[in-house]
Amino acid sequence: MSRRPRASGYFRTSYSQDLKLVETRTERWSLTILLIALLAFPFLASPFQLDLANQVFLACIGAIALMLLTGYAGQISLGHAGLLAAGAFTAGILSKEMNAPFWVTLPAATIVGALLGVVFGLPSLRLRGLYLAVSTLALHFLVVYLGGEYETKRGFSTGILIDPPKLGGWTVSGGRIWYFILGLFAAATLLLCLNLLRSGTGRAWAAIRANETVAEALGIGVSAHKLLAFVISSAVTALAGALFAHYRGFVSVEAFSLFLTIQYVAMIIVGGMGSLLGAILGAVFVTLFPYGIEAALGALPGAQRHAGLLFAVNYAAFGVVMILFLVLEPLGLVGIWKRVQTYFLLWPFKHRPMAGSRR
Amino acid sequence: MLASIYALIACGYVLVYRVSRVLNLAHGELMMLGAYMLMLTATQFSGYWPVAIAAAAGLSLLTGVLVYLFLMRKMTGEMVLAAVLTTVALGILLRGVMVLVWSAQQQYPAQALHVTNSSIVLPGGARISFFSMLLVLTTALIYGALLAFLRFGRWGIRMRAAGQSPLLAAQRGINLHAVYALAWGLSTLTGALAGILIALDSGLDQTMATIGLKAFPAALVGGLDSLAGALVGSLVVAAAEVLLIHYVDPLLSEVVPFLVLIAMLVVRPWGLFGTREELDRV
Repeated sequence: MSRRPRASGYFRTSYSQDLKLVETRTERWSLTILLIALLAFPFLASPFQLDLANQVFLACIGAIALMLLTGYAGQISLGHAGLLAAGAFTAGILSKEMNAPFWVTLPAATIVGALLGVVFGLPSLRLRGLYLAVSTLALHFLVVYLGGEYETKRGFSTGILIDPPKLGGWTVSGGRIWYFILGLFAAATLLLCLNLLRSGTGRAWAAIRANETVAEALGIGVSAHKLLAFVISSAVTALAGALFAHYRGFVSVEAFSLFLTIQYVAMIIVGGMGSLLGAILGAVFVTLFPYGIEAALGALPGAQRHAGLLFAVNYAAFGVVMILFLVLEPLGLVGIWKRVQTYFLLWPFKHRPMAGSRR
Repeated sequence: MLASIYALIACGYVLVYRVSRVLNLAHGELMMLGAYMLMLTATQFSGYWPVAIAAAAGLSLLTGVLVYLFLMRKMTGEMVLAAVLTTVALGILLRGVMVLVWSAQQQYPAQALHVTNSSIVLPGGARISFFSMLLVLTTALIYGALLAFLRFGRWGIRMRAAGQSPLLAAQRGINLHAVYALAWGLSTLTGALAGILIALDSGLDQTMATIGLKAFPAALVGGLDSLAGALVGSLVVAAAEVLLIHYVDPLLSEVVPFLVLIAMLVVRPWGLFGTREELDRV
């Protein structure tokens, strides 16, 4: 996190001020309003909207994890769906075979994710860039294959059904309760990553991303930190996968295709590389996108006729949007947001004063 | 047979990667597009199947060039990852469009062309279908032509030069954009030929893109910038796949190429015949 002094003349004068996450009064107010809106949402929304919000939360967790790995540590991974699948299957198998409760399956999935993170991360010690992406892609196919193998061998050829989780004597079901649980997990992930990125680890990742050789010369353990990035990211991703399994109550390999990976990668690209805000914006955008298309198609005349084509239209439109972002706006939604911000900050001027002219 | 499929597809990956250092993950979709092009031309020239195939191949060549001109040209000089993701996005787009235009049902261009896929008995008693035979022959032909082209052809030499050092090549007056466009066109052409022949042999549906993706390990095992490597890599991957399916588990078919890929990446990431300094260029 680069935390520069603000243009408004708010300067930090002590270390405790430097550590604060929420600094100014405006920030405090807007955060409070956001929180109230988030808390009030489930009581106003329809079940369908609640389901959408829950999906967004799940996507947020996954996207933040991927952003940590790709956006900050600079390690490309195309195995994200494989990790989600690993988490989901761990949760599914544990609760199916051993009747393990909610609070066992989630940590178990996280641990499995962390272990897989080591496996996924090992190639990163030797490979860089494209080759790394390819090796994670290969691992994705491996994990999904193992999941499919389990399904067929155990006779759950269509997928594993999971009973709704119980906490004590109380069953967790219904969109509203899940909204709070998933929201809590998403917020926790966000806080964890925010703080992680400000710590020595986060700085080490940034250094590795900028230049590995220089980072090593500065005394940063490059291999250890790369592995750590993979482990943390994978653990969080697997947790998201397990949450997904419990939320849906159903696990099947079909849900974890290569397309899911691409969707997550699209989230961090559409959102904007190297920004947690970007991960969240991207998650919201990509999750809601197909529903937006559906609504748009429904509004067209002859909606019934198009219903069968919906899937294909989604694919095509998704591809177009991704290409547009890659070609026209590589900084993503965050880039647009920043530009709007600067526009209003500098108004009525168009450009920043040149360096040095302020004196 | 499987090896020649992989080899024919893999040379498309190699061509684009060698010349422009971009990994084209939309290759499977481009290949499928070629096969659907055949459906299009089949209705025009039903009866003369060689004409239909040639027309479809020509259209694919054009598609490849257009893809470069309108999309990938904008990505030259960008991050490698961004370029690769653009191809991924292109793949998704193509897949969606293809379903929209031609629907997701399985189709048999061979019937539309009124050709029968008779089986031929080879000396030794092995049976092989006509189009499989054609596929093997095409692969041999394409590889021979490409190798000769890259070695002796004027444009082939330019392509190699552009692959080795774009800057120097440009300074010697080589039109980089034309070279890149040509590489994309040729790559799409070979991919489309593979797609067409597979479609003629065993029908055409959405799973074809998966074959394209499975051929990618073959290219990497051989070394991403070596044509001869792609040939050897395809043999290795196909042999491993057939043997493992036969002796271990038929479900493995989807993963075997990737298992070979992982093994290769661990031992010799730059491939059997690739050049080593590749790795740090990304």
